[in-house]
Amino acid sequence: MGSLFRSEEMCLAQLYLQSEAAFACVSELGELGLAQFRDLNPNVNAFQRKFVNEVRRCDEMERKLRFLERELKKDKIPILDTGDDPVAPPPREMIGLEAKFEKLENEMKEVNTNQEALKRNFLELTELKHILRKTQSFFEEAAMYHGNQPSETNQAEEENLLVNDYAKTPYTKLGFVAGVILREKVPAFERVLWRACRGNVFLRHAEIETTFEDPHTGDTVNKCVFIIFFQGDQLKTRVKKICEGFRATLYPCPETPQERREIAIGVMTRIEDLQTVLNQTEDHRKIVLSQVALDIRVWFIKVRKIKAIYHTLNLFNVNIAEKCLIAECWCPVVEIDRIQFALRKGTELSGSSVPSIMQRMNTKEAPPTYNRTDKFTQGFQAIIDAFGIANYREVNPAPFTIITFPFLFAVMFGDIGHGILMFLFALYLVLSEKKYLAKRPENEIFEMMFDGRYLILLMGIFSMYTGFLYNECFSRSINVFGSAWNVNAMNYTNTTLQASGTLTLNPNVYGVFRGTPIMYPNGTGDPYPYGIDPIWQSAGNKISVQNSYKMKNAVIMGLLQMIFGLVLAFYNHRYNKDYLALFCEWIPQLIFLLCLIGYLCVLIFYKWAVWNVSNSNSAPSLLIGLINMFMFTKPTWAKKTQLYSNQNEVQITIVIIAILCVPWMLLTKPIILYLRNKAKMKQLVLHVDPIYNHDSTANMGTTRYAGVRVAVDETSDDVAILDHDHLDDPETASITPKDEEEKFDMSEVLIYQVIHTIEYCLSCISHTASYLRLWALSLAHSELSEVLWTMVMHSGLSVKGILGAFMSFLIFWGFAGLTVGILLVMEGLSAFLHALRLHWVEFQSKFYKGEGYLFTPFSFSLIVEGRVDE
Amino acid sequence: MIGAWITIGIVTLIWALIGGVGPFILPKGPNRGVYQTMIVLTAVCCWLHWFITYMSQLNPLMGPTLTRGEIYLMGWVW
Repeated sequence: MGSLFRSEEMCLAQLYLQSEAAFACVSELGELGLAQFRDLNPNVNAFQRKFVNEVRRCDEMERKLRFLERELKKDKIPILDTGDDPVAPPPREMIGLEAKFEKLENEMKEVNTNQEALKRNFLELTELKHILRKTQSFFEEAAMYHGNQPSETNQAEEENLLVNDYAKTPYTKLGFVAGVILREKVPAFERVLWRACRGNVFLRHAEIETTFEDPHTGDTVNKCVFIIFFQGDQLKTRVKKICEGFRATLYPCPETPQERREIAIGVMTRIEDLQTVLNQTEDHRKIVLSQVALDIRVWFIKVRKIKAIYHTLNLFNVNIAEKCLIAECWCPVVEIDRIQFALRKGTELSGSSVPSIMQRMNTKEAPPTYNRTDKFTQGFQAIIDAFGIANYREVNPAPFTIITFPFLFAVMFGDIGHGILMFLFALYLVLSEKKYLAKRPENEIFEMMFDGRYLILLMGIFSMYTGFLYNECFSRSINVFGSAWNVNAMNYTNTTLQASGTLTLNPNVYGVFRGTPIMYPNGTGDPYPYGIDPIWQSAGNKISVQNSYKMKNAVIMGLLQMIFGLVLAFYNHRYNKDYLALFCEWIPQLIFLLCLIGYLCVLIFYKWAVWNVSNSNSAPSLLIGLINMFMFTKPTWAKKTQLYSNQNEVQITIVIIAILCVPWMLLTKPIILYLRNKAKMKQLVLHVDPIYNHDSTANMGTTRYAGVRVAVDETSDDVAILDHDHLDDPETASITPKDEEEKFDMSEVLIYQVIHTIEYCLSCISHTASYLRLWALSLAHSELSEVLWTMVMHSGLSVKGILGAFMSFLIFWGFAGLTVGILLVMEGLSAFLHALRLHWVEFQSKFYKGEGYLFTPFSFSLIVEGRVDE
Repeated sequence: MIGAWITIGIVTLIWALIGGVGPFILPKGPNRGVYQTMIVLTAVCCWLHWFITYMSQLNPLMGPTLTRGEIYLMGWVW
């Protein structure tokens, strides 16, 4: 069988790495991706580990890179992705990288602050420019007022005073402030000013048309220019405080028009200069960022790899005296050569003289489960792993699930048309998988469907097959071979036909059904060769006849899958050399199942073969017969409960055998375990010496080395088997094996056995009944598609004329939408779920333990893709 | 009738060929075991489903109930 039948053989290896070579070796192992390291310092705090500083440095580098990435995104510069996979640089290059990132970060920060300051400056200058322009109009207005209406209002006078007196005499009592304020705040500003200064100030404001960009936040705001006239120092302080409160910026505004003009010209030139400087800053920033964009992806990968290596190095045991690091890892046995090669390469790269050593170790701990999958089998392994990871070297149900899962799905989904649609959809996914593998789809549901594309492909193919057998294509039958039923042979007369609306064909009449009514063993019927006869499509009693067929189909398939599960359990027992379980549990389980449901299936086939329409009056019900079998009711021909001669004797034998299996399952194993334990106890009492002696002669020729036994004369290329694995405390290694075995508790064993026996016996009935969902869902599916056709499509097709053409066109959309939505998506998901449940519960409970843990190797490809957290 | 035995024989032969000979003519590759399992299981499942469908129709205990219109039509066309 392929390697998928059982999980791969794993071994625990110990690595001795020279301190200088450690980084390079771990880097090589990370590229290889075949070793899972164990944490040898579980009691050590994360902050006390040896390489915590290096990890911190890597974190800093990552932070700087993320900052640069954010800047790139802000400017929408695309990051160059060449698909390169750089190797992790050695530790001495890390300092160079750090310096480079530091420099870049500082540069970017500087550019950003400069840009902000420049923009702020620019903003102020622009505001000043607007103020100068607007206040010009205020003063001109005041001059006009003065010219036209000499002394109309108080305001005019004030302005008058302002224009004339202020210009003439520097010692005037009127002052003014000019500034800029956000447009939204102007009404409130006015109100507060009026209230606080009791109406003794005069405010004019005008809107600025252009919008400004806030340099800090980057928002666009609208601002207004305002000018406030007041008299006296007290009002001046009050006005200034209110302006501060409203965050209005005040600008010094000259009084005379000439000064204003000069300043305006100066402001314009300064604005132009600033604009050029701003543009140059922007260009410089873009140049720096585009340089960064070329390399940033490569840097990210390098930094991530370095960080991963240091995390792994933190798991190792540091032996400062010998200047070496000790690591333990799980690896597949077949890959030991490649790992040794990687170690050698790493040692060479780092230029160290001392070679790294790798040794296999014996251990009682359970290794992780490693199933080597490719893109096709990965989907199926995933649905098995979703239930539970297989125990180490347990039979893996995945290779069988590749076919049985789509097949059971198809039994519940059988329809040629829907199968074709599903097949085409999966075909599209499979053919365009390169495109989607490069750029994973963002929609999570679509991603799930993409991951299961081969699963959906097979489900579609099998659905087409079962659809062909059920003779349903969008609920319509196809007559390929010619029906086995002949209506004309019934010789209906016109009176019979006029009398009743529906008539039932009678296969007892000669010629109605091909081949009958000649009874077995002289002859049998000659039905439609492949699939359900197309006449049943139009029959009124289709459902009741098909129910019988589909229910029996479900029971037979259920029985066969359960027997298959028991066969796999046999392989498991044999591999574990658990002959006790084989004889005391497996054989009675098999016999029990066969006696009950196996006998039922035999009866199903017998009744199909032998019973004909001519003796259909006396055809007994199989289910009642089964119940009567257990109640020891004797079947008789007279009461129409007998199927074959000597049925009573056979059934009594079968029931007695089944009943005997129960105490066999229940008692034999506990009794044998009890006797074994008694014998062992007797043996232990006689023996004085403990069985495992710490200094026994078996350990000659070895020395203790850092708590581990190592062969004395050994080269670096040898793969030797050692005694203890490093996690064992050397002090407790001298204790006798009582610690390794559980203490024998008779009551526990008995209770365990009772539970399992009851569970198994009940499951024989309940799981078989559970398989009837194969019938239930296929009935639901065929009824739904029938309803969809008759109510939706048929009503469109049955309209005559041109209107019929339009109606058909429109109604087809409804039909298509409902087919895809209800039948494909909803029914598909439903059948998927039920097929999955049948596999997980009914099939796997016969043999699968599923309590292992997954092999997660230290692999850079997994880490960089982001699939594995560190 | 003999027709039934011929049909059973032919179909069983086809699936036995697929399931029995197919695994041996597969090209050698790392996944050969998986493909062999797949072919055998496919043959067994498909044959089984066909066989059950066939057997259930072999000796029908009752006939289909048809409406008048269908009877007329079938008498004509079939």
